[in-house]
Amino acid sequence: MKPAAFEYHAPRTLEEALGLLHEHQDEAKVLAGGQSLVPAMNFRLARPSVLVDIAHLPDLDRIEATEPGSVTVGARVRHLDLEHNTIGGPLGSLFALTGRWVGHYPIRVRGTFGGSLAHADPAAEWCALACALDAEIHCRSASGSRSVGAGDFFEQMAFTTCLEPDELLVGVRLPELSDSCGVGMAEFARRWGDFAIVLAVTAVERDGDSIAGARIALGGVAGGPVRASNAEAALAGRPATAGTVAAAAAAAAEEVDPTGDIHGSADYRRDLVRAMVTRALDQALK
Amino acid sequence: MTAGVRWTGRSLRRFEDPALVRGLGRFVADVADRDRGTLHAAFVRSAVPAGEIRSIEAPPGAPVLTSESFPGIRTMCARLDRPDFVALETPVLATDAVRHPGEPVALVVAGSRAEAEDLAEQVVVDIDATRPVLDAAAATDPAAPTVHAGLDMPMGNNVVLDARFSTEGVDAAFDAADEIVTLDIRAHRQNALPIEARGALAAHDPSTGRTTLTAANQMPHMLRTALADILDIGEAELRVVTPEVGGAFGQKMCVPREYVALVAAARLLGATIAWIEDRSENLLASWHSRDHTYRLRGAFTRGGRLLGLDADIVCNIGAYSNYPVTFGVEPLMAMAELPGPYRLSQYRVRSRAVTTNMCPIAPYRGVSRPVLTLAMERLMDTAARRLDLDPVEIRRANLVREFPYAMPTGLPVDPGSYVETLDAAAEALDLEGFRRRQQQAAAEGRYLGVGFSVFGERTGYGTPAFAARAMEITPGYETVQLEMNPSGDVTARIGASPHGQGLATALSQLLADELGVEPRQVSVVHGDTDTTPYGWGTFASRSMVIAGGAAKLAAERLAAQLREIAAHHLEASPADIRLEDNSAVVAGTSVGVTLPEIARIAHHSSHLLPAPIEPGLSVSATYDPGGTFSNACHAAVVEVDPDTGHVRLERFVVIADAGLEVNPMIVEGQIHGGVTQGIANALYEELVTDDDGNLLTASLMDFLPPTACEVPLIEVTHVQTITDASITGAKGVGEGGAIGAPAAVLNAISDALSPLGIEVDEMPATPSRVRELIRRAQSTTTGDRT
Repeated sequence: MKPAAFEYHAPRTLEEALGLLHEHQDEAKVLAGGQSLVPAMNFRLARPSVLVDIAHLPDLDRIEATEPGSVTVGARVRHLDLEHNTIGGPLGSLFALTGRWVGHYPIRVRGTFGGSLAHADPAAEWCALACALDAEIHCRSASGSRSVGAGDFFEQMAFTTCLEPDELLVGVRLPELSDSCGVGMAEFARRWGDFAIVLAVTAVERDGDSIAGARIALGGVAGGPVRASNAEAALAGRPATAGTVAAAAAAAAEEVDPTGDIHGSADYRRDLVRAMVTRALDQALK
Repeated sequence: MTAGVRWTGRSLRRFEDPALVRGLGRFVADVADRDRGTLHAAFVRSAVPAGEIRSIEAPPGAPVLTSESFPGIRTMCARLDRPDFVALETPVLATDAVRHPGEPVALVVAGSRAEAEDLAEQVVVDIDATRPVLDAAAATDPAAPTVHAGLDMPMGNNVVLDARFSTEGVDAAFDAADEIVTLDIRAHRQNALPIEARGALAAHDPSTGRTTLTAANQMPHMLRTALADILDIGEAELRVVTPEVGGAFGQKMCVPREYVALVAAARLLGATIAWIEDRSENLLASWHSRDHTYRLRGAFTRGGRLLGLDADIVCNIGAYSNYPVTFGVEPLMAMAELPGPYRLSQYRVRSRAVTTNMCPIAPYRGVSRPVLTLAMERLMDTAARRLDLDPVEIRRANLVREFPYAMPTGLPVDPGSYVETLDAAAEALDLEGFRRRQQQAAAEGRYLGVGFSVFGERTGYGTPAFAARAMEITPGYETVQLEMNPSGDVTARIGASPHGQGLATALSQLLADELGVEPRQVSVVHGDTDTTPYGWGTFASRSMVIAGGAAKLAAERLAAQLREIAAHHLEASPADIRLEDNSAVVAGTSVGVTLPEIARIAHHSSHLLPAPIEPGLSVSATYDPGGTFSNACHAAVVEVDPDTGHVRLERFVVIADAGLEVNPMIVEGQIHGGVTQGIANALYEELVTDDDGNLLTASLMDFLPPTACEVPLIEVTHVQTITDASITGAKGVGEGGAIGAPAAVLNAISDALSPLGIEVDEMPATPSRVRELIRRAQSTTTGDRT
């Protein structure tokens, strides 16, 4: 369990980092918090010959309201900073609710938001949150920059995104949620701090006693995070009752197509989808 | 301290801990790091469970060693002298065949572990993979692949032990039964998972021709004997040292192939070579545990009295045996101890060991007892439900109350507190109050349950017990050498090999009481074959009983010498001399002499010693007892989430009887650790392989020990039944926690889900398994999938 040999770079500027990625392409990997990459290298499941450590790049560790109605989270903002609700409002609450499920405390101290998205574990909490809120993901390369919606960013294959080898995820823009929006998060894992078997992230817009609209993203049921759109449709315009929630949860369990693994069969995951969607919606509607 | 205060029975803080908690403990990897010039080894392992080795190709000139590098080396083979046993030989490195995933095929050496791993990747082992057999039941099919082709298997394909026992009236007991309960118990594969994986450092000294193996190990003397036998050299050429060991639980008891290869390589290369096992290797190919199935039939009267028991036990022992205890320990212990503390006269059992293309099995905390206790305790609860009896009531009707008692297999059970601990557990939980709470919860759609587990733990057994298993290598006794040095301090050299249990502290307490010194004045030397008497090490809940007994006997001899010298010096009778407060005083007077003064005389003025006392103060004693049963009742309260199958442990109560507790805090620590491993067994840890034999739980992301978040407060209450089966009065307590906990947890889950008619007989009871049982039950009752 020792990594294969590699070259290590610690660039001081974004341009320098992008230059290294451009130079080494597929051979290079970006090192942020190292909470997934380093274990993978120790197992020799990942064997990059070049590591580009972005720990010293300026500006990527900020949470900023760059434009009205949205918040941009820098790539190397730590999990813990988001868990501590530095954003405020329903969006901040959702970050705080979700953040506490990310790994264990020491992992949250080092691991980064951007790193989690770029790593794209199908059961990662932040990926589901980004998917639920249609986050916009900012990518930079030596030749330019682009923004990609979360729906296009995550490929439906585990650990796969649309990032090109020479691209760096620099930040993520998320919409502010209105004050009438309730948020919820439910996750099932075998132990506290483990990757989810199934998780659900919800944001529900209330209109008095009924539901104006809802966002539901699921983790652990496909190659990447997915939206439960039938379940969302089953909520829109309906009264905020237990019956509505049950119908939406049943719709979510119906529309996913999970595969089984050692922690649970496909049927088991469907059962968990129903349970987690119910719990996350209950929380959002509380 | 005041005169007459006893150290025994006090929760003295452990002398071992200050170094450990400050990071000063020296484990084998620390020792390896200290020596400059240490080379590091990595093993090239089989990627497939079964096959013929066609070729092994290494980069030219690379230090790659295979079985051909060690022509004189013997296979490893320990035997049981019984007609129903087939001995399996283990080559140190695979020769022409591989028989389990991760089997060591070659050893490479480099300047660092990382470079050794680089080199290991470049070794190409060409294996003609053959169809493996992974499951014990499948392996006995005559059409199944034969794991050890060419070996005579008269008892059936891959059957390497087929033991039977029966009393005469079993069928009559079943004929007379009002209710016959049949159960199928399945305990999946586990890894003992010590925090420190295995590791060793072999240093060959060309100037003396001696090789020192510093190793994470529980049996240093046995390891030295094994190395000498396998390498065909004299034991004087070897020294085995065990530094701090980071948990063992049985996994560091049996001789690893890797250690033998490492010593052979160090001798061949005249080098110092370390092998520090990583977690992946450890999970894949150290030693596995459990993997038992029991089919159990119990014959009961309407009142819940157990009339007869019929069991068919199958143990998947993997590809090879282990050294020195052999795979026989799994089925034979299960068969001998299954009836447990329940009065039973009619018992029939068949117990088999089956070899497969899985990693070999070695003892793990409790060995067969966590599973046999699960089997008996599930039988009791299932019968109680059928007969509409309370789980406490059915146990009370059957538990042994009069001693001495002999199990139907003839195994003697010394006095214990089986009924008393059960009653105390029911009271601690307020069982009636719990039942009311359970009903209220049920009305809210919540599933609460309680489960009990009563068991005896056979501990501190010496040579006679092991001899009953017909072991060629028969462990059992322990020797303690005791010396008082000229300053009056005491050194105890022991053959036992503690590795975290706090034995040095406990022995110091015991010796302090016998000799009239303070515990701090006693140093316990262990884990070095050059400086300790031959002994069997630390395993099987034996050290406090056996090494403690030997220490007591040695102390009595030393005390007699001290009294003799003091009496001569004070012109009194030895019978009147009391040893206390570092002095020898004439009883009822203030006349005395200090122990340091006596020690000075013994060592430095030996011409003043009365005849026939020899100079120095050095004695030795050996203890070899028949064994003693400690006992306990565990009780768990759980809540099952019907939507996810998750089991939350609300309470865990242990009423434990370990006889005389030399240090109650250490006893509790043993129980806490054991219960945690029992909870792991019940709910979390499972080694899973796919149909091709690939291990799917090859890291701690998928093999899941419970953490502090999952384990509740463990509430321990102490009961002490003193018997004369142990000369100190102490009973062993090292394994009980792990033995009792799984049954308590599975009984509690079954109790919680009893409204759905669910009985949980498979462990670990993972959320997906529990949810599957609930789904099936719900679809039966509602007629559709919920």
